[in-house]
Amino acid sequence: MLEYVLFSLLNSLVLGMLLFMLSSGLTLIFSMMGVLNFAHASFYMLGAYFGYQISTWVGFWPALVIAPLLVGGLGALVERYGLRSLHKYGHVAELLFTVGLFYIIEESVNLIWGRNAVMYPIPKILDFPVFKLLGADVSAYRMFMLLISMGMFVGLYLVLTRTRIGLIIQAALTHPEGVNALGHNVPAVFMLVFGGGSALAGLAGVIGGIFLITEPAMAATLGPIVFVVIVVGGMGSLTGAFVASLLLAAIQTFAVGIEYSLTDLFALFGWRVDATGFFRDIWRIQLSHTGPILPYLFMVLMLMFRPKGLMGKRES
Amino acid sequence: MKRKLLLSMLMGIALLTMIVVPAVAQDTIKIAFVEGMSGPFAGVGDAGYKHYQYMADLINARGGVLGGKKLEIVPFDTKSSPKEALIVLKAAIDQGIRIITQGNASSVAGALIEALNKHNERNPDQQVIYLNYAAITPAFTNELCSFWHFRFDAHVDMKIAAITDYIKTRPEITKVYLCNQDYVFGHAVSDTAKQMLAEKRPDIQIVGDTFTPLGKVKDFSPYVSKIQASGAQAVITGNWGADMSLLVKAAKDAGLGAQFYTFYGSGLGAPAAIADAGIGKVISVIEWHFNLAVEDNKPEDEKFFLGYHEKYSDGGKSPFYYGRIRTTMEMLAAAIDKAGSAKAKDIAYALEGMEYDTPYGKVLMRAEDHQLIQPLYLMVYAKKGEGTVKYDSENSGVGFKTIGRIEAENTAMPTTCQMQRPAK
Repeated sequence: MLEYVLFSLLNSLVLGMLLFMLSSGLTLIFSMMGVLNFAHASFYMLGAYFGYQISTWVGFWPALVIAPLLVGGLGALVERYGLRSLHKYGHVAELLFTVGLFYIIEESVNLIWGRNAVMYPIPKILDFPVFKLLGADVSAYRMFMLLISMGMFVGLYLVLTRTRIGLIIQAALTHPEGVNALGHNVPAVFMLVFGGGSALAGLAGVIGGIFLITEPAMAATLGPIVFVVIVVGGMGSLTGAFVASLLLAAIQTFAVGIEYSLTDLFALFGWRVDATGFFRDIWRIQLSHTGPILPYLFMVLMLMFRPKGLMGKRES
Repeated sequence: MKRKLLLSMLMGIALLTMIVVPAVAQDTIKIAFVEGMSGPFAGVGDAGYKHYQYMADLINARGGVLGGKKLEIVPFDTKSSPKEALIVLKAAIDQGIRIITQGNASSVAGALIEALNKHNERNPDQQVIYLNYAAITPAFTNELCSFWHFRFDAHVDMKIAAITDYIKTRPEITKVYLCNQDYVFGHAVSDTAKQMLAEKRPDIQIVGDTFTPLGKVKDFSPYVSKIQASGAQAVITGNWGADMSLLVKAAKDAGLGAQFYTFYGSGLGAPAAIADAGIGKVISVIEWHFNLAVEDNKPEDEKFFLGYHEKYSDGGKSPFYYGRIRTTMEMLAAAIDKAGSAKAKDIAYALEGMEYDTPYGKVLMRAEDHQLIQPLYLMVYAKKGEGTVKYDSENSGVGFKTIGRIEAENTAMPTTCQMQRPAK
């Protein structure tokens, strides 16, 4: 049991930090610009494919730096030449733009790299079990992922709290109109935030593409869960995104090991449920089967009872 | 009044053009490839289409069928949905196509069988035959069997039988874990595996029976922890796509010692995603793999898939995988020639009971249920260049090595099919 808890903790930490790398950019972009960027996970996918391509040319380590920068640059271009001209037509136009962008990126990836998964292996130097935890190996790559995402978290925190641009971004998070009125070059800040958010997604892609699978469907599979994270954490709250990422990853990971169904729950109180009829599956289904769905349930409940999220300050 | 006249004239013209059936070229026989060609499973559909295309190339190059008629493959996109499939089926029939083939997703296959049963009864002059190359729900050659449906892939029970027969000979396996996707197919794999293991090796303990939501799990490590804690030496899984690859990758990360017995571990993206992680660990049950040619010393067969490799594999990224598509097309061509006709009913009667010599033994299209009885292989991931592992899959550096062969007659299972045949 101790073994299971320790392992699940470690696994949920790795997955949670990866989620945070994605959701931090999304929540910054949303709170600053009001744009719910549907193409955010596509930048994550681009990061994975760029990382894959560059690592076949010059190796993994240069790719780790170059790919996120490329994705960030691409994000900045998208903001400068796409979103900025749409800004005056309101949020719906921007939203539709990002939805279109999602499909364009997906089809481009299909065209360039094909429809099947590409082979993007763990770099040799990280491909060993780093230590044994109660009989099971912990791979070095997982620890490396944790390290990178922790580093990114600390870096982001320092930029936002210790630099001038960070202070402007922070101010724009809660009082976007006020910052504008103070005469800061808000469009440039927007571009920076969009580019930076995309670069973070790209970085998540470079390391996540190895950890998961680099394939054209990867944006579509990870996209929804990132939205869940920022809704649960509270739109625009970085701390919220951090807590929600870890929480949701933990919910998913721990639920897998819990083999109790509603029948067992009622049995605790001495009720015997007769699992027959139309709803019999609902009584029988074990929590472990529903693990990956739980975050969505969590989001619905959160929206019903606390629409601003765990740490959100704004109601809308 | 005038306008009304004009309108009715226009409508008349429209009706007329609809009635005129497009002339069907007499020198080609068209085969509709009905598959999801867009969306998440587009890669799989595209690969299948290329396999058929290649087989048509080969058959046409040696003179086609019926003394010179060419075969032509026409793709139709079902978007992997049964509803769409029925719409494109109608379109294919309207274009004069009388042979269709499909494989991915039993839900689509079931809808097609039902629709064709009705269509063929109502339109005796437009009957259509259905060649199924991958939908493996056992019911299609049992209680739902149809005269118009022919299956060229071994169904779930036959594959599980092959896996459990192999496990029977491995006394070191005492604990088995079942890990499947949470839908009809995954449950069928789990139920059949439990039942067959109980018959063949009652001493084996089923230490886990997990279902995961289809395509939703990102990190399989919590499941792997469970497998590890259970002490299983073997995992039986029907997982496919990302669910297959992610499971094996997570297992490698955790240093899991158990072997995976899979249906779909050997193609369509899995080798590229799994690569080294599968060596000695991932075992698949299948009718063909390309190192068979090396193992059995069949240079002709080697040439066969190298031809595909050159023309259709996208630089080796998606190599020949469906050995059974070769059998499907060869038997179809043979049946058309034997019947001397490309009419669905004639082809169907010619296919019933037909035997065909593949490079790896005789196969039989069993007349009583239209299930192909063919030898099956169990093979395991192995490093390219070691022994007979001459070729790798999907440029992954990893190929396959045969570890067991099940003769055709030993894969056959009884059927409950009561075949209804139309008058000849």
